[in-house]
Amino acid sequence: MEPGGVVEPDVASLDRLFRSESARAIATLARIFGDLGRAEDAVQEAYLEALESWPAHGTPRNPAGWILAVARNRAIDAVRREKTASRKYDLLARLEGAAIADPMTNDEPVRDDRLAMMFACAHPALAPETRVALTLRYAAGLTTEEIAAAFLVPLPTLAQRLVRAKRKIVQSGIPFSVPSPAQLPERLSDVLAVVYLVFNEGYRSSQDGALVRVDLCADALHLARTLCRLMPGEPELLGLYALMLFHHARRATRVNERGEAAPLEEQDRERWDVVAIAQARAALEAARRHRRPGPYQLQAGIAGAHATAASWDATDWPAIRRTYDALYALDPSPVVALNRAVAMAFSGAYDEAMRAIDGLLDGPLAGYTPATIAKADLLRRAGDPAEARRWFERALPALAGEAERRIVERRIAECARC
Amino acid sequence: MKYACLIYDDGVPTMDEAEQKQIHADYMALYQNGLASGSIVAGEGLDRTDTATTVRVRDGKRTTTDGPYAETKEVLAGFFIVDVPSIDEALDFAAKIPSAKWGSIEVRPLWSQGA
Repeated sequence: MEPGGVVEPDVASLDRLFRSESARAIATLARIFGDLGRAEDAVQEAYLEALESWPAHGTPRNPAGWILAVARNRAIDAVRREKTASRKYDLLARLEGAAIADPMTNDEPVRDDRLAMMFACAHPALAPETRVALTLRYAAGLTTEEIAAAFLVPLPTLAQRLVRAKRKIVQSGIPFSVPSPAQLPERLSDVLAVVYLVFNEGYRSSQDGALVRVDLCADALHLARTLCRLMPGEPELLGLYALMLFHHARRATRVNERGEAAPLEEQDRERWDVVAIAQARAALEAARRHRRPGPYQLQAGIAGAHATAASWDATDWPAIRRTYDALYALDPSPVVALNRAVAMAFSGAYDEAMRAIDGLLDGPLAGYTPATIAKADLLRRAGDPAEARRWFERALPALAGEAERRIVERRIAECARC
Repeated sequence: MKYACLIYDDGVPTMDEAEQKQIHADYMALYQNGLASGSIVAGEGLDRTDTATTVRVRDGKRTTTDGPYAETKEVLAGFFIVDVPSIDEALDFAAKIPSAKWGSIEVRPLWSQGA
């Protein structure tokens, strides 16, 4: 090892600081180049310069501004060296005109660059799994290794996916820009879908007790908070943030000490995160003030009804059912119909609920495990343990998650004892 | 950037004469507007696939066969070449092509050297 090995802790902390502060430079340069790869190359050169300069002269007062200024100069050098670049002079003019003001005082270009990055990463011309990977890499600032680990994808596969995506962005002309007002609602919903996918993946993997280094739920919440700051006054964005926070608030009780996915009625509400619940309620109230309801706000309303009920018995099922009715009107999907049926049963309409679930199991949700479990659970509550057991047993082989499997096994044992 | 909007169709939909006239008028309006704004570089409709002839050259020998290259349900029925700032405008244009309502439009950038 070189003597450099001695200063390794410094390199590691420089590395972390550089990575978290370089998002702005990548976003700004990607917007100018229309090319993530070239933006990254320029920032990589700035990194090499930081490795020499920061330990010797101290960390700059404004690392993000330093990185952008240096990366921009390296990008200008690179463009000047190119003989054939078709847009050479246009690029040089735009690079030289790039705002390199203090990002702390001059917020406008930062806002647009970072938003443009999110819209490019979630562009509908990219495959959904690619949108997730790009967003985590370039909007949330995760490393390729972290993303691969979180999604249990081999590193080369993920790296290859990112390379292909970057090439498609350049060659198919996916713009780094905030969509026009006419396109904004649709494009924003694509961005929100990516954030919610990240959250759900984190939620799923945490329940399965997987030892993942990366907390995707926290990353999704961070992305949503950033978006809320960049685009204030978007009710569905606030709704999604509230929805995720209500779920996140219950994270400590989702799996019980026996390793079972804990049913809501058994969860110790004292252990729910009251700060997160209060933040979620505030976000949802802010969303509702716009009087533009949408699926995320409605789902947040349902999650909020559970998170704010003093006890299981105090749950306002009729209100939850009405919210599911409103959600079904906007999104008449079989999965929403299933959840609505469960809310129906808890509001006292047991027979109607069972007919609805049977209809779904005979039709679009045939073999869908959550529907099988919902039916089994309603039978158990209605006092038909033999039939309930039959349906729980039917669901068991399809359950991949350990915690889910354990609770269903317990139900089967309980039904057998009756 | 230049894009090809390739119009795929699974045959002419069953429609009466008035509907056909309307679709023709919609196509003409799209074409005229696109030419006027400068976004359309070219645009043509293709005749039915049973008028196609396919040519291959293998080992210097030419073979000519009757019919299209591949028998698929969706056939290439026409194309536009557009020149617009980004894929967003190309996708917006594609969505306005009347055939998008029953067929599908493949949007592909034209190949360019050095891109």
